[in-house]
Amino acid sequence: MREITLSQAVNEALAEEMRRDATVFIIGEDVAEAGTPFKVLSGLVEEFGTSRVVDTPIAEPGFMGIAVGAAMTGTRPVVDLMFGDFLFLVMDQLCNQAAKTHYMSGGKLTVPLVLRTNLGATRRSAAQHSQSLHALVAHIPGLKVALPSSAYEAKGLMKTAIRDNNPVVIFEDKLMYQEKAPVPEEEYLIPFGKANIKREGTDITLIGTSSMVQVAEKAAEILASENISAEVIDPRTIVPLDEATLIASVKKTSRAIVIDEGHQSYGVTSEIASRLNEKAFYHLDAPVVRMGAMDVPVPFSPALEDLTVPTPESVAAMARKLVGGELIHAA
Amino acid sequence: MSTRKSKKPASHNAEDYLRMYRQMVRIRTFEDHANQLYLSAKMPGLTHMYSGEEAVAVGICEALKVTDKITSTHRGHGHCVAKGANFKEMFCELLGKEEGYCRGKGGSMHIADQSNGNLGANAIVGGSMGIATGAAFTAKLLGNDDVTVCFFGDGATAQGLMYEVMNMAALWQLPVIYACENNGYSEYTRTDEIAAGSITARAEAFGIEAHKVDGQDVLAVNSLTAQLVERCRKGEGPFFMELETYRYHGHHVGDINREYYRSKDEEKDWRDNKDPIVSFARHLTKEGIATEDELEAMQAEIKADADAAVAYALEAKYPDASEVDMHVHAA
Repeated sequence: MREITLSQAVNEALAEEMRRDATVFIIGEDVAEAGTPFKVLSGLVEEFGTSRVVDTPIAEPGFMGIAVGAAMTGTRPVVDLMFGDFLFLVMDQLCNQAAKTHYMSGGKLTVPLVLRTNLGATRRSAAQHSQSLHALVAHIPGLKVALPSSAYEAKGLMKTAIRDNNPVVIFEDKLMYQEKAPVPEEEYLIPFGKANIKREGTDITLIGTSSMVQVAEKAAEILASENISAEVIDPRTIVPLDEATLIASVKKTSRAIVIDEGHQSYGVTSEIASRLNEKAFYHLDAPVVRMGAMDVPVPFSPALEDLTVPTPESVAAMARKLVGGELIHAA
Repeated sequence: MSTRKSKKPASHNAEDYLRMYRQMVRIRTFEDHANQLYLSAKMPGLTHMYSGEEAVAVGICEALKVTDKITSTHRGHGHCVAKGANFKEMFCELLGKEEGYCRGKGGSMHIADQSNGNLGANAIVGGSMGIATGAAFTAKLLGNDDVTVCFFGDGATAQGLMYEVMNMAALWQLPVIYACENNGYSEYTRTDEIAAGSITARAEAFGIEAHKVDGQDVLAVNSLTAQLVERCRKGEGPFFMELETYRYHGHHVGDINREYYRSKDEEKDWRDNKDPIVSFARHLTKEGIATEDELEAMQAEIKADADAAVAYALEAKYPDASEVDMHVHAA
């Protein structure tokens, strides 16, 4: 199968959906001729014109609000939010308006929009361009949240997001934009709420999201060489969450680590770990462990930044302890 | 004395004028009934009365067609009635009943009536400005001639979102009319304490043509709006209107003792000398369009309608408990 980058995969997904549906348009900063700073959208304005690939001023709440109104009246906007950190700027329009409109109108109004943004540290971009803020939006009822973990995932999830009748926030991993993966030429969609079992195992379940799926897979490799069999699962979407697949896996392995690049406290790892504790408690041989980003603003210095996120080695070390029956976090 | 022969309007004007009068009386009657529901503790929560501002909503909405859109505010009952809503579904919504426009999920501050182009009231001051601008973006993208009117108060001119979206509306020549209902008070604070400089100059800074109009004169509001709507349909938008008006009640129905921010004399002056319904009734009788008896009969008929709608809503069913998690996501 051919291999393309995550950037190319997203670009293809957008182009295919824009050809299929004339109401789909892209709006954001430097999305047209510039094709975004990451060059994800290069070539789209040439095909679809400036009426559907719309460059805006640097005014995130403004173009987010315009997208909400456009979505309510018969179009399918794809909002390009250059950095996930800028989510804080659009919170009212995203969380008070887009997320609640369908519910508040008793089901009469819909807001079929996609907010494309990104996450991921270790790019030496410091505290305001490195955050992974998906837990914030996953907390708000009415939004859906997708976390692609490869080029293949990014294309299939983007196409599903565009066809969904709800506001969907997709976080791409900035470090993956130039990373290649096999992506079929033929059209495919990836359904929301269906986790992907990336690797089967029997001793421990490693649940990873987005950038942390690869970390979990590498950890599983390390563990395999030590005769520890790890199962790796990518939930793909955290809203909706495929709880059943996660619970079934933990019932089989009796141990789990949840790995995510958002801050650990009050985050995605906490939510998934709680559900496993509530629903698979009597099958567990060890506490479900959370491994998120450290609860610090992302530091600039590489010497510090690399300490803040889980790595294959740190995940493998934790798995070793759990499988070995060591007391974790003993007081 | 006027002989009337040269002044008598064409019959279609007479019909339009009577409809405008009827709609203003309907709003006042609706609000009087809503206030009674609050005072008699039959309505959950609070509500914000539109009484005194009727000529603004009616003058504007009578210049719109059904498919034209409006966005409304927390003080939104007047906009909703003026855009064509029914008393029954409105009172049911105010009382949280299943037959309300939003199945009781929105209430007074989120009432929406999509069938008449009302995209909804908004409880975030200035929160709907992006939505209105986005609805206008849809009209331009899809090539229809719908116009959107964004209602907001003087208080909302302090929100940054307004400047972001007016900038884009002007850059892209969107068919949107920003209608600033200046009732002199931003909640409990005089407008001149929260707004530096002139209101219309804010729009003019973006090259948007701005008008100031007497918001108590329904014909002045209607004729200006009709011109601006036609020009919007020809691609000459956006426009801005500042409508000078007054709210008779406090910020909300519970704001009874308000002498610390405005005097009873000032309130009495507006009620006695600048009431939009009384002055339009005077015009209608003077021009021979209706007699006082005819206008009184119309008022009585509207009151009977409102009485019946309130009685119906009080007896109507609450939504079933199974609806609580319905409409979080659209199918």
